[in-house]
Amino acid sequence: MAALPPRFASWFESHDWQPHPHQLEMLARAEEPASLLIAPTGGGKTLAGFLPSLVELADGAHEGLHTLYISPLKALAADIRRNLRRPVEEMGLPVRIEDRTGDTSASARKRQRADPPHILLTTPESLALLISYEDAPRIFAGLTRVVVDEIHALAESKRGDQLMLALSRLQALAPGLRRVGLSATVEDPPALAHQLARHPDPCPVILADPGPLPDIAMLNTAAPPPWAGGGAAHALPEVLEEVRKHRTTLIFHNTRAQAEIFFHNLWLANEEGLPIAIHHGSLAREQRQKVEAAMVSGELRAIVCTGTLDLGIDWGDVDLIIQIGGPKNIKRLVQRIGRANHRYNAPSKARLVPANRFEVLECRAALEAVAAHDLDGEPRGPGPRDVLCQHILIRACAGPFDETELFGEVKSVGAYSNLSRAAFDDCLDFCATGGYALKAYDRWQKLMQRDGRWTLRDPRAAQRVRMNIGTIQDTELLKVRLRGRGGKPLGEIEEGFAATLTEGDTFLIGGEIVRYEGLKEMTVQVSRSGNKTPKIAVFGGTKFSASTRLTERILELIHGDWSALPHHVQEWLALQRNASQLPRGDRLLVESFPHDSRAHTCLYGFAGRNAQQTLGLLVTRRMEELGLDPLGFVATDYATLIWGLEPVEDPDPLLAPQVLRDALEGWLAKNAVMKRTFRASATIAGLIERNLPQNRKSGRQATFSSDILYDTLLKYDPDHLLMRITREEAMKGLVDFGRVEEMLARVAGRIDHMQLDRVTPMAAPLLLEVGKVPVAGKGRERLAEEEAEALMAKVGLEG
Amino acid sequence: MNAHSFTLAGCRLEARPSGALWLPDARLLCVSDLHLGKSERMARRGGALLPPYETEETLARLEAELAALMPRSVVCLGDSFDDLGAALALPEDMQLRLQAMQAGRRWIWIEGNHDPGPLELGGEHKAELAEEGLVFRHIASPRPEAGEVSGHYHPKHRLPRSGTSRPAFVYDQRRLILPAFGAYTGGLRCSTPVLRGLFSARAIAVLTGPRALAVPLE
Repeated sequence: MAALPPRFASWFESHDWQPHPHQLEMLARAEEPASLLIAPTGGGKTLAGFLPSLVELADGAHEGLHTLYISPLKALAADIRRNLRRPVEEMGLPVRIEDRTGDTSASARKRQRADPPHILLTTPESLALLISYEDAPRIFAGLTRVVVDEIHALAESKRGDQLMLALSRLQALAPGLRRVGLSATVEDPPALAHQLARHPDPCPVILADPGPLPDIAMLNTAAPPPWAGGGAAHALPEVLEEVRKHRTTLIFHNTRAQAEIFFHNLWLANEEGLPIAIHHGSLAREQRQKVEAAMVSGELRAIVCTGTLDLGIDWGDVDLIIQIGGPKNIKRLVQRIGRANHRYNAPSKARLVPANRFEVLECRAALEAVAAHDLDGEPRGPGPRDVLCQHILIRACAGPFDETELFGEVKSVGAYSNLSRAAFDDCLDFCATGGYALKAYDRWQKLMQRDGRWTLRDPRAAQRVRMNIGTIQDTELLKVRLRGRGGKPLGEIEEGFAATLTEGDTFLIGGEIVRYEGLKEMTVQVSRSGNKTPKIAVFGGTKFSASTRLTERILELIHGDWSALPHHVQEWLALQRNASQLPRGDRLLVESFPHDSRAHTCLYGFAGRNAQQTLGLLVTRRMEELGLDPLGFVATDYATLIWGLEPVEDPDPLLAPQVLRDALEGWLAKNAVMKRTFRASATIAGLIERNLPQNRKSGRQATFSSDILYDTLLKYDPDHLLMRITREEAMKGLVDFGRVEEMLARVAGRIDHMQLDRVTPMAAPLLLEVGKVPVAGKGRERLAEEEAEALMAKVGLEG
Repeated sequence: MNAHSFTLAGCRLEARPSGALWLPDARLLCVSDLHLGKSERMARRGGALLPPYETEETLARLEAELAALMPRSVVCLGDSFDDLGAALALPEDMQLRLQAMQAGRRWIWIEGNHDPGPLELGGEHKAELAEEGLVFRHIASPRPEAGEVSGHYHPKHRLPRSGTSRPAFVYDQRRLILPAFGAYTGGLRCSTPVLRGLFSARAIAVLTGPRALAVPLE
């Protein structure tokens, strides 16, 4: 173990602190080309990452940039800058620390490029922008260390792939560069290390003491949870009681809409006026900053929030985490629990609140998984090629490049270490000529070769590439403001939702009920409304699918020991066993029954919401072909319920794997979900430019829907690179056909079809679910015609 | 019948599901805003390299209309090409397809804001055309004579409850605006003031799609 230099040792002593063993080990391993530290929150993780940098910089000899720190959040970069200031100032170290994010002023950014600080704190997107500049070799020439914070969060998404590609570029500019990753608990540290390190460098994993087991349990409520829904209104009294008993509580929700509804109800019940705030990604930045400041100064007793508070920022006094709704993912739950109690060696405390009966099973299964240290996670798979295309364009912005050198750099990224030369050439060809079967852009190539090196044909294109950097998919959002001059910004809603509003409609945002007044210059104008019940309360937010490991555990629980389950859930399961049968992991239970004069069929695939939704799309399509006239379906994490005019007599032909695969290739290829998947990849790869607010104001009919490009490629060039990427992406993510395949393999044709005379206990909650999907096709067209005729008749005209 | 029939300034008209306008008595077909060569123009200006198939797609749709209706005259209502450069760069096979469509019938190119000036692709070239009691021009005039037919705005509309927005015809007692017929064209919502302001309270939108659907604009 390395000893601390005297100056650092006496600094620790002056505070009566002991350095943690993992901090010393990070110092001892400072010369490793790469290392990964896994430590719980509050374990001095950040200092462990920076200690070697501060020691190396202490003598003041280093000129220019020494350490680059990357975090997933802008706010985290600013927070770390404040925290680092303390040791630097107290020890009098000659170290300049600055942050650089989208919020940094243009003049500061310019100065940072001319005269970089010793330690620069930034985000993956800002780094990608930095390496696109022609002076990148000069900026990064002396770079020695890079610290990637919260790497577990980055590594799950394309942001991580983009970051690692950027690091491969930095490594070429600064060959001695050493890499450090800081992570919360993950299921597979070596896989994360492989993503971080330059391939094939070794990357030792340093595990800090994980600390005591968390104190985690289900929150007991007087009223049992309802059969369906996600509001958790039944738990309001108990949640308020917990808030009262603790200093500061974070109340996590899975979606923004659920957070809004819960916050609204919590305020109505909060008779003693406890200071409680709301924080999520759709709120205006000013609103969020206000909440964050109030939190840091200890003014708040609770924050109702979503995943935006999952990471990093040191809130200090949080002593309780409440998770409303099923946790969906064991690893994320563990990481959330870690948000409570930042004192090392004190157990974190968390309470789970199932929002409906089924989620009781999910919460119970998650509790058992946490106790067993059984974390979930899907392997990431090879590096995505849309991100590679963007990287090639970014590389071209920085100046001419040699394709073999760039291929070598890309292959040094763990996720791309198996990339074939042919696959790389495909991406390069796409960037250069569009990669179409029809050679149309010989004259107007985007990249062209000059003296054997690739360069942008039109230097003006660099600006467009830089404007489109990033892999985060913003759905088209509209700002919401109070009406009147300089009206207060409240947040953002999805354009699709805004389009459904008409004057006078009310909706919830930031815990307020507002009235839609109109659209003005792409801003939604609203006024405050005294209305008690908002008419509409849906808007943006990801719906997570429950992880494979979690659904497996739920199936095990259904067949295992029920004694830890509340009485009402035991009764529910027993009723299901008597009326039909209980679903099992190695068989597929299918129930058919009449209800409300419609034929219903329920498929218990336990494949997660997205896969069950895809299953619904594919099966109803097949049903239409067979003349079963399906009318709609609804999907949850564990089942798909379909209703239609004709009963299903035999489910086997609907579920034959080849039939479903053909439908994916043929029919689903034309579906809106595939189009959304395409839009994301086409935007990342640079085919579609981001719909930036400034473009949209002037855009008028200049921009057209990416769906048109998708339809065109499907018809004229179905094997185009972006179509291949889209099909690959369809296996995971929104379409998640990979999990449909997994489920079919697990079941291996063992389908139990129960034909019953009434709705079963397990299917009943599905009847109450929101998010019903009407089946597209002839039926829908007929409905549209009827609506049009009715509207014409109303004004006295005939269609 | 999947088209929507109506009259404007005494002339019988059909709004086709494809977005084309048909005058059955004169056997005249009118399409607007083809924007041929859009992808080439964007690439030339250093923008995205869009799939270069939109000219083929737009011409295929037009050929289908010609085959179904066998018009005596075809009026292209402006912005037929994304710019003059795009017209000049039209691939030879596309030129041949266009010539085949022009054979044996009258073909009129109306000037648009994207494609002013004469074209060397056959047919007549006009700023406006008066025919059948109607006036065909690219951009609607502020105070039109009765019976004005124009394009330019790429109107789109969506039914309040069902479905996404679709390219749409819009008309009232005095004028008609056609949707864009070209494959790579976006749309402007009918509720946008600049477009809404051109029509009276009794305006009708006709959505394109599998069947032309007429709805009151209000």
